[in-house]
Amino acid sequence: MADEQRAVSLPAKPALWRRPAVRSIFFQILLVVGIGYFGYTIFQNTLNNLEQRGISTGFGFLDQEAGFGILMTLVPFDETYTYGRTFLVGLLNTLLVAGLGIFFATLIGFMMGVARLSSNWIISRLATVYIEVFRNIPLLLQILFWYFAVLRPLPGPRQSLILNDTFYLSNRGLYMPSPVYEQGFWLVMLALGVAIVASIFIARWAHKRQEATGQQFHTVLTVIGLVIGLPLLAFLVMGMPLSWDFPVLQRFNMAGGMVIIPELAALLVALSIYTGAFIAEAVRSGILAVSHGQTEAAHALGLRPGSTLRLVIIPQALRVIIPQLTSQYLNLTKNSSLATAIGYPDLVAVFAGTTLNQTGQAVEVIAMTMAVYLAISLSISMFMNWYNKRIQLVER
Amino acid sequence: MSVHTPHPDLPPPANIVGVIGWSRSNLFSTPLNTALSLFALYLIYLIVPPMINWIFLDATWVGDTREACASGTGACWVFVKVRINQFMYGFFPEAEYWRINLAFGLLVVLAIPLFIKRFKHKGRLAAFILIFYPIITFQLFSGGNFGLTHVETSKWGGLSLTLILAGVGIVASLPLGIVLALGRRSKMPIVKSVCVVFIEFWRGVPLITVLFMSSVMLPLFLPEGTNFDKLLRAMIGIALFQSAYMAEVIRGGLAAIPKGQYEAAEALGLSFWKSMGLIILPQALKLVIPGIVNTFIALFKDTTLVLIIGLFDLLAIIQQAFADPDWLGYSIEGYVFAASIFWIFCFSMSRYSMSLEKKLNTGHAR
Repeated sequence: MADEQRAVSLPAKPALWRRPAVRSIFFQILLVVGIGYFGYTIFQNTLNNLEQRGISTGFGFLDQEAGFGILMTLVPFDETYTYGRTFLVGLLNTLLVAGLGIFFATLIGFMMGVARLSSNWIISRLATVYIEVFRNIPLLLQILFWYFAVLRPLPGPRQSLILNDTFYLSNRGLYMPSPVYEQGFWLVMLALGVAIVASIFIARWAHKRQEATGQQFHTVLTVIGLVIGLPLLAFLVMGMPLSWDFPVLQRFNMAGGMVIIPELAALLVALSIYTGAFIAEAVRSGILAVSHGQTEAAHALGLRPGSTLRLVIIPQALRVIIPQLTSQYLNLTKNSSLATAIGYPDLVAVFAGTTLNQTGQAVEVIAMTMAVYLAISLSISMFMNWYNKRIQLVER
Repeated sequence: MSVHTPHPDLPPPANIVGVIGWSRSNLFSTPLNTALSLFALYLIYLIVPPMINWIFLDATWVGDTREACASGTGACWVFVKVRINQFMYGFFPEAEYWRINLAFGLLVVLAIPLFIKRFKHKGRLAAFILIFYPIITFQLFSGGNFGLTHVETSKWGGLSLTLILAGVGIVASLPLGIVLALGRRSKMPIVKSVCVVFIEFWRGVPLITVLFMSSVMLPLFLPEGTNFDKLLRAMIGIALFQSAYMAEVIRGGLAAIPKGQYEAAEALGLSFWKSMGLIILPQALKLVIPGIVNTFIALFKDTTLVLIIGLFDLLAIIQQAFADPDWLGYSIEGYVFAASIFWIFCFSMSRYSMSLEKKLNTGHAR
């Protein structure tokens, strides 16, 4: 009797289609089938369309001769090289502008971020104006502005703006002396390498010694002395194996030296200023995130202001800054693809532009281009995950 | 017996009020600060007066031809004035400008109640704006029905196109973003991984390659003979791209809702969609409004990229005006005009999002 009653009051086993586990499997199968069908249709359509238009498939085109020239290349390139080579050229140009852009944007960003928190009213106001102005104007507009309104209207090479007979600025770009490494320069580079490795060991040793005995060591001065002194010594010993190739004005254009083409300059200036404004905000938020109690506590322990900043504030601020910083670096790298608007030969302009137009193999070319950006951003986010784990606050 | 001699009075403390006191503590507190202040003042002196002269004092404001600007040393705003209709409406037929005006006027009128505190039906109104308003606007722009003449999308342009692209981007990406964000937090492994791959893919590639893809590859994906509009293709690209960013913003909101809310919804016996729609999402979306506004600002700036695939948004239409042989050499004016419009939009939105953040920040002490 009692058993019977319990059996009635217990909820009946739900019907098969009401069970969460069954449902979840059902929906997932549905999703897989849906996506599979979608992908299959696209694949079939693409094949049909390509056949219809007489476009070949596969990556064979990478070995064909490209037959076009590129404005600026970091590796040897002319019309006889292959399409595969255009990919490499574009990739290197993208990495160049991204690397330089990251360097300058970080410089500007940190300066402006600190300036915005300055106790000096006028400095902090100037930084605020900079950040608010450049953050809120589209990057493409800024790139076009620097290129078409500032750098293109510069006078021609014959009327270059000349600084000290070494720097020539004209609508062909900024010409400057390029270093010529003579025999024996390798020793200078070797000395630099040795100095850097030695500095790392000295820093470790000094840190260990301080932990053990409390004695301090002038690491900074020693390292500066090593890194500058050792290469300098090698330089003098080898008889100064370095000379400069100065640009010279010829009939129509400049010769010699090295040049920053206006496309690169415009892109670089715009990217650095635009991203710098975002980095400045990241830096500001990072510094503000460290509570004032930390500063007071450090002072109470007897740390001097410099040490407080270096040992207490910055390590904690970096925890907030670094993730934002890397995402800005990633944005900068992706934004460098806007180069195509002003004709700087980056990956998108050269490969997804000219090469795609010549070969018509849109699928392969776009896939390769996207894969490059995906690889860059995935490796950066992997680094981020690793970093976040490393610096995570370990709480109780 | 020693005589008590009081110490001499201390000098009065330095003035800390008034102009002198203020500048002493804010501009000239240390030698370094003094140097920085003087440098900054010099910089301002170098930049600001010439800029004001160029933009306002020496600028030419009246006239309709290039000759009017010949004498002026400052900006030639006549260039902008002559073409302002094109910059705003693109190549839309002049007789139909009222349709664009009506569409945007309607949006302003509809949006006003959202900012009135005592208005009760904000949610319903927002839903109306998100669902029905785009249909009305499309009818107004495209025409073809109700006795309106049809205007092809190739004639759309200028600021109105910029606003349309941004509007479509946000309206389409919001529901998609919600679905993706829910999917990414789902317990079903396949659903979750599909969403993760989708989001990370779109976030990992630059918008420009997405636009290239939508203009070059999308026609290949479709069955033969289907050919659709360039503008629509760009919109699809932008919407997909944007939805990934939107998903990440919304996921932040979902993560911020305390677990108790999820458990309470389940305890009440609500189904998944009911608990999301009635309990979780209203709270989560409210939390992430500032984030949504910020992605909208980014999207608004990113719409300029359609220039590269040959659509005439505000920037592109100004850029092509420079090529007019009658008006060569006024690019700076054009860029400054475009920049100020974009700046006004973006800056006011970012201020709005900041004020929202402050307002919403109070209720959620965790």
